[in-house]
Amino acid sequence: MTSSPTTTEGDRPGLSLRQQESRAGLTLLSPTFIVVVAVIILPVLWTIFIAFRDLRLRDIREVGVFGAEFTLDNFIGVFTSRGFFDALLTTVIYSVVGTSLAIGLGLAAALIVRAPFRGRTLVRASMLLPYVSPVVAVAFVWSVMLDPNLGIVNAFGENVLGWDRPIPFLSQRSSEVTVLGISFGIPTALLTVITFQAWRYFPFAFLFILARLQAVPADLDEAAKVDGASPFQRFRYVLLPQLSGVIALLAVLRFIWTFNEFDDIYLLTGGGAGTEVVAVGIFNRLTGRGDIGAAAALSLVLAGLLAIFLFLYFRYFAAKPETSL
Amino acid sequence: MTDAAGPATALDAAARGSRRSPWTRERIESTIITVLKWVGVVFFVVVTLFPFLYMLLLSVRPIADLALEPGRLFVPFERLTFGTYDEVLRSVAEGGQGFLSFLQNSAIIATVAVIASLLLAIPGAYAISRLEFFGRRQVNFVFLAVYLFPAILLAIPLFVFFTRIGLRGSLLGLIIVYASQTVPVTIHMLRTYFNSIPESLEESAMLEGANRFQVMRHISIPLAMPAIMSTGLFVFMIAWNEFLFALLFLVDRRESWTVSLGLSQLANSTIEVPTTVVMAGAVILTVPIIVVFFLTERLLVEGLTAGAEKG
Repeated sequence: MTSSPTTTEGDRPGLSLRQQESRAGLTLLSPTFIVVVAVIILPVLWTIFIAFRDLRLRDIREVGVFGAEFTLDNFIGVFTSRGFFDALLTTVIYSVVGTSLAIGLGLAAALIVRAPFRGRTLVRASMLLPYVSPVVAVAFVWSVMLDPNLGIVNAFGENVLGWDRPIPFLSQRSSEVTVLGISFGIPTALLTVITFQAWRYFPFAFLFILARLQAVPADLDEAAKVDGASPFQRFRYVLLPQLSGVIALLAVLRFIWTFNEFDDIYLLTGGGAGTEVVAVGIFNRLTGRGDIGAAAALSLVLAGLLAIFLFLYFRYFAAKPETSL
Repeated sequence: MTDAAGPATALDAAARGSRRSPWTRERIESTIITVLKWVGVVFFVVVTLFPFLYMLLLSVRPIADLALEPGRLFVPFERLTFGTYDEVLRSVAEGGQGFLSFLQNSAIIATVAVIASLLLAIPGAYAISRLEFFGRRQVNFVFLAVYLFPAILLAIPLFVFFTRIGLRGSLLGLIIVYASQTVPVTIHMLRTYFNSIPESLEESAMLEGANRFQVMRHISIPLAMPAIMSTGLFVFMIAWNEFLFALLFLVDRRESWTVSLGLSQLANSTIEVPTTVVMAGAVILTVPIIVVFFLTERLLVEGLTAGAEKG
């Protein structure tokens, strides 16, 4: 096929098949490419530009966006602002704990529905609901469920579990808990948003782990069984190593997305009660104070930190991650 | 006990040596696992479905009833009300919350975004799947890397840009953002599907004298239709659920609100709106997504996790 010059209609003579393919490929891809460049890549570059200017929301209609002079004030402002390091710490805790919980739950769920049973399809589908449902709706349901006055959780706690007073899950920064005579403070609201995030995103981990589980050859398990490995041993030494790749991939993806997460926290607490993550801080600078320059600078710091974390991870921890998604 | 279980178990026991007790490690652990499994099934089903059940039950309760007995889940039949839905759907002029027009906005935005995203992605995915060209391998990586950028980082320049050109507050601005943001994942899903169509079909058509574009139009795209449909519905779900950009772009113009934005504004409204009415809004927001999800579940799961089984 390659040796004979195919001169069908529409093909230009003189071009080899390879050149034609190359040309067709670029033509087909160009609309996507142009849109992605225009709406994603150029804006990212422009953010870098904005971060070095003193740009306010009220000026953007008049001031030439490309005028104004360069300044480092925005970055100085970010690092000296009250609460920046608190927000960073909150973001890291939220991401690490939330990611681990979501993957742990996803792994458990995947192991549970691995073998067929009656109603398995329905169970599997219902487990995906938290992930596919609109975040605004589920966040609202959670906030009503946990409400100190109207919520069913507090009603249950008071009536059945004998709580003295309702727990304001989403508005209490920390509460004293006494276990075996030792009291310590726990960050109530932060734990609540972390729980919500684990609930909402475990289906994502579940899907990927289940897909991988179903591709593990059955004879592997059989062989280990014949060799006398117990079920727990088979899980630990046969199955888990098979899953390490997909779990590492999930850890990276979920960490990135949780680190940048805005919707969940904004909708549940508005960033109050010790749950202000960096993304919510960016939003508040942008809309609350109308300080576009500061918002851009903070978002670059966020992206930069994420890049550093990922670099360290790939440099020191990851064997060779699968980049198929 | 072992006798009844048949030869396989007997063989197992023999392989493990001369232990006579029926309570082998295998049996004990299997029993524990079976128990844990069913506990787990119940746990996950309750935990995932309860909030949705709660949403549905609260939406048909009078607010006074809820305030009186917050711990009660089921409404007595005679107190069941659908007035909450009536109030949330009715237009503001008629004393409601205007969700009917929000539904219309969401439907327009999501549908047009789906069409735009598919029109961009189908040729792109086909090219990446089938054609050898300069930068083919890098393109996919670049698109996916783009997907990992913080949405909030992109939101700032787009907010400024759309404000300046006067598109902020219009549905069109939001459609452009949704279509372009979903293109990378759309390409990823479609490419996987194109890869699974045997190339020999296309080759034989080309030998008959068809060119690339004819092959694409008459062979590849019709074959990929199921995948295109499910990918389109996936984009629909993303656009329908999206919150941050809708909030940034449309919040000043109530007549442009999407259902997601409308619900969030209603939930934080300074004017007291009964929780049960807002809950009816939450049901209205969620039901279309659940319907779409059950229509496409299998294809969606396959498309999303394609490649994951390689581990």
